[in-house]
Amino acid sequence: MAEIWENFLYWKRKFTIDESAMARSYTPKVVTANALVEGDVIYLTADDRWSRRHEEAELIEDEAHAQLRLLHAQSQKGLIVGAYLADAKAGPDGPEPTHFREAFRTRGPSNYAHGKQETGNV
Amino acid sequence: MYRYSDFDAAFVAQRNAQFRSQVERRIDGSLTEDEFRPLRLMNGLYLQLHAYMLRVAVPYGTLSAAQMRQLAHIADRWDKGYGHFTTRQNIQFNWPKLTDVPDILDALAEVQMHAIQTSGNTIRNVTADHFAGAAADEIEDPRPTAELIRQWSTDHPEFQFLPRKFKIGITGSPNDRAVIKSHDIGLRIVRGGSGKIGYEVVVGGGLGRTPMIGQVIRPFLKKEDLLPYLEAIVSVYNLMGRRDNKYKARIKITVFENGMEAFRDAVEERFKVTRTEFSGIDQAVLRDIETQFAAPAFRTAPTTAYETARDTDPVFRSWTDTNLADHRAPGHAIVTVSLKAHGATPGDATSAQMRLLADLADRYGHGELRISHEQNVILPHVHKSDLPALHAALRGEGLATANVGLISDIIACPGMDYCALATARSIPVAQEIATHFKAIGLEEEIGALKIKISGCINACGHHHVGHIGILGLDRAGVENYQITLGGDATENARIGERAGPGFAYDQVVPAIERLLRAYLSLRVDPAESFAVAFQRLGAEPFKAALYPAEAARDAA
Repeated sequence: MAEIWENFLYWKRKFTIDESAMARSYTPKVVTANALVEGDVIYLTADDRWSRRHEEAELIEDEAHAQLRLLHAQSQKGLIVGAYLADAKAGPDGPEPTHFREAFRTRGPSNYAHGKQETGNV
Repeated sequence: MYRYSDFDAAFVAQRNAQFRSQVERRIDGSLTEDEFRPLRLMNGLYLQLHAYMLRVAVPYGTLSAAQMRQLAHIADRWDKGYGHFTTRQNIQFNWPKLTDVPDILDALAEVQMHAIQTSGNTIRNVTADHFAGAAADEIEDPRPTAELIRQWSTDHPEFQFLPRKFKIGITGSPNDRAVIKSHDIGLRIVRGGSGKIGYEVVVGGGLGRTPMIGQVIRPFLKKEDLLPYLEAIVSVYNLMGRRDNKYKARIKITVFENGMEAFRDAVEERFKVTRTEFSGIDQAVLRDIETQFAAPAFRTAPTTAYETARDTDPVFRSWTDTNLADHRAPGHAIVTVSLKAHGATPGDATSAQMRLLADLADRYGHGELRISHEQNVILPHVHKSDLPALHAALRGEGLATANVGLISDIIACPGMDYCALATARSIPVAQEIATHFKAIGLEEEIGALKIKISGCINACGHHHVGHIGILGLDRAGVENYQITLGGDATENARIGERAGPGFAYDQVVPAIERLLRAYLSLRVDPAESFAVAFQRLGAEPFKAALYPAEAARDAA
């Protein structure tokens, strides 16, 4: 029962549109996508580059700015595929992922040292 | 094995040329991703978590040695030196660059392979019993029928935009090794009352978020009626199937919502029309295909070398106990080569392993290989006198693991290590279960057991039909694993029942150990497998082992 309730609260938090609450606490985001040719996971930086390193991403703490940055990313059709906003938080070396899926995307699969962890580009 | 006709070769070449041009236009900006996506999916190219993934069909699980060698070449030249064999008898390359894919498709065409209809809402790669053409219990080799269905369904103009993907599985044996009851259409070759061979047609099976076991729509269908009948089923589904909700679009829901009777009536009505549209040319084509699947010339030779090796070499003996199946020809065996070495990724084969398998198929197995939905490789026709040499050679590439049908022979989907749809990882869970039970020395003691792991509700890892199923979910941002018990993937197919609340990632292996220790203490004798014991005892004692705190509370 507690489990169901916990789940309910999680999804409620995720989807409830409460503008005053959002103005108070917007979960910071990064813009991420995959590189068109290689498929590599990439992040939009504040100076408009696409970096393969999560910590170089621009940490966006304002929702309106996040939407603008996402639109900017999506307009770069010849470079990237599937841009979206991913939750992140500030860390000592730059933005860090908050969800395990995004953490996997920063390094690669767990069964082989392939992907970014292979090239040391983590 | 089937050889491409000139028509097949020209068709694949034309499709590859089209795709090459589509990739060029995507890169130069003339096609947007929205425009390009359906085109790449039609050719089996997905975008996954870390990279693109190319899914190549292994038609009905059959590969020649030359094809296997070419897969190794592709893995080395354009990928990271390995391929992943899937639960739908496909192979997936996890790291191709978009610009290399047209060359990969051309390389596949050189050995009569392609990636067409391995994605999208079309009729997918037709899967078949991986022991087809070799099994002792077989009524008829299902592969000619599977090839006929492939020719009919490939680029079928009416069925390129079905409500949802569509999977057909076929077996020629009463013992179902192809899980046909979990397919949109399952076909079982049967002998009718008069001794004539035909098909039992099953419809509406499927796993995923609403698992259902297929039901018989026609107990006996004459061989010559197959394509018109399939055409009737798929065209009725094409119109009757729901397009308003992706999760209700599979044929299992169409059959469920309309009822089998109404669905069958609609199919039979449509069949009256489709039957007149087939002139019989399909049967002429089938006869031609059948000649190409003629059995190899099995040799007659003594098997004393095999018997002697079994008596003197316990490692060989243990491998033959688990990895061989009965062949229809005297003196022969079907060899399952395990791709589940303890700690390895289920279904992965390195290019060196693929080359060795190709060489061994040429040397000992009439150049034939099969891929099973259980993610192993099969050498279907090996004379028993060759088994000691074959076994010794397999050891060289780590391919001699004696665990087929045991706890470490786990089906696992790629999960969140690769798949963009996944909600949790599956591969490391499989690796840890395999290494743990080997380390504590219980693998042989536990005996026959099928564990199947999916990293999301779509159930590519067939968890619903595992004796023990494990489903990885994302619960509030943390990996969480539900366990189902009592599933069955055979002719007695059954959906497992959920045992209770899920387990955290690091609690899965301890939970499975509690469960299996309970089984060991509850079984009548070592001959009673987990699946049989579960049927005898029901879920309760196993749930009590999984959730000891709750069991203690209930008892208090």
